[in-house]
Amino acid sequence: MSSNAPSHEDAHDAHHAHSHGHEASHGSLKSYVIGFVLSVILTAIPFWLVMGEVIESKAALVAAIMILGAIQIVVHMVYFLHMNTKSEGGWTMMALIFTIVIVAIALAGSLWVMYHLNTNMMPAMSPEMMRNLP
Amino acid sequence: MSEINTQTAEKPEFYLTEDHHPENSTNLGFWLYLMSDCLIFAVLFATYAVLGRNYAAGPSPADLFDLKLVAINTAMLLFSSITYGFAMLQMERGAKQETLFWLGITGLFGLAFLGLELYEFYHLIHEGATPQRSAFLSAFFTLVGTHGLHVTFGIIWLITLMVQVSKRGLIPENRRRLMCLSMFWHFLDVVWIGVFSVVYLMGVVG
Repeated sequence: MSSNAPSHEDAHDAHHAHSHGHEASHGSLKSYVIGFVLSVILTAIPFWLVMGEVIESKAALVAAIMILGAIQIVVHMVYFLHMNTKSEGGWTMMALIFTIVIVAIALAGSLWVMYHLNTNMMPAMSPEMMRNLP
Repeated sequence: MSEINTQTAEKPEFYLTEDHHPENSTNLGFWLYLMSDCLIFAVLFATYAVLGRNYAAGPSPADLFDLKLVAINTAMLLFSSITYGFAMLQMERGAKQETLFWLGITGLFGLAFLGLELYEFYHLIHEGATPQRSAFLSAFFTLVGTHGLHVTFGIIWLITLMVQVSKRGLIPENRRRLMCLSMFWHFLDVVWIGVFSVVYLMGVVG
């Protein structure tokens, strides 16, 4: 019975024995609250910009959404996922960098190729041509 | 003479004697799984980025999306992230009941998110904006649906762990599992940042 339901101290000791080496991967109340407040601000700003129609320029609006989104992803990585260069001997960071490179190639490559495919292969459809369609 | 020397010489050791199977390798392994999951979402995002403007004379994002609903949805997921954080802090303290309480709150926020998303999908399909309507809608339903499916499995996992913790307590195995689900849950929130930025906000901007 005691093995099935370890006492409070047993669980605590077992945890300490287990957790050595990755103490840094646990957050504190302060870090979670900081991350949450930053996330709320970084979410509220783009929604306010779009719903309140604050910025006239479309390009500036899209750029603002992208930049705020990127900052929020970093905030989540640091404060919620506890990313740092030291956890697991730096291997989580290596995996992350590798993934970011692959993601960047996949996204940029798809957009680049398909954009040129569209502009160079598809004849622009004018109202004149639309009328003459079979 | 030289032959005898080579035979009597000490055998060289070619294998590593130190332990190179660290105890906490689960975290790294699960992180690698999350990175591969990230690639799935990257491909779906790329598909959406390429096809997202092909409306086939159908409705555009500005006609379809209700940003107030998306804002509430985003808030649900954000709240569930911080409450999962509280659950992890209670787990660190070894407080079983408090951990279960915060896990339960997280599950409720997750269910609220899922409910709102299903309501949105139902509303869209009811209006005729089905996945078959245009390339934009196919890409939209695939991307957002895959995220929703991840949240669904996250909630199933969460309930499973709540049962395990309530039966066995905060044993090292359960702590490890909760740590993995924590990473999974926060990762889904990270993906959602991309979804609401690229699909909803930029879609409405046009």
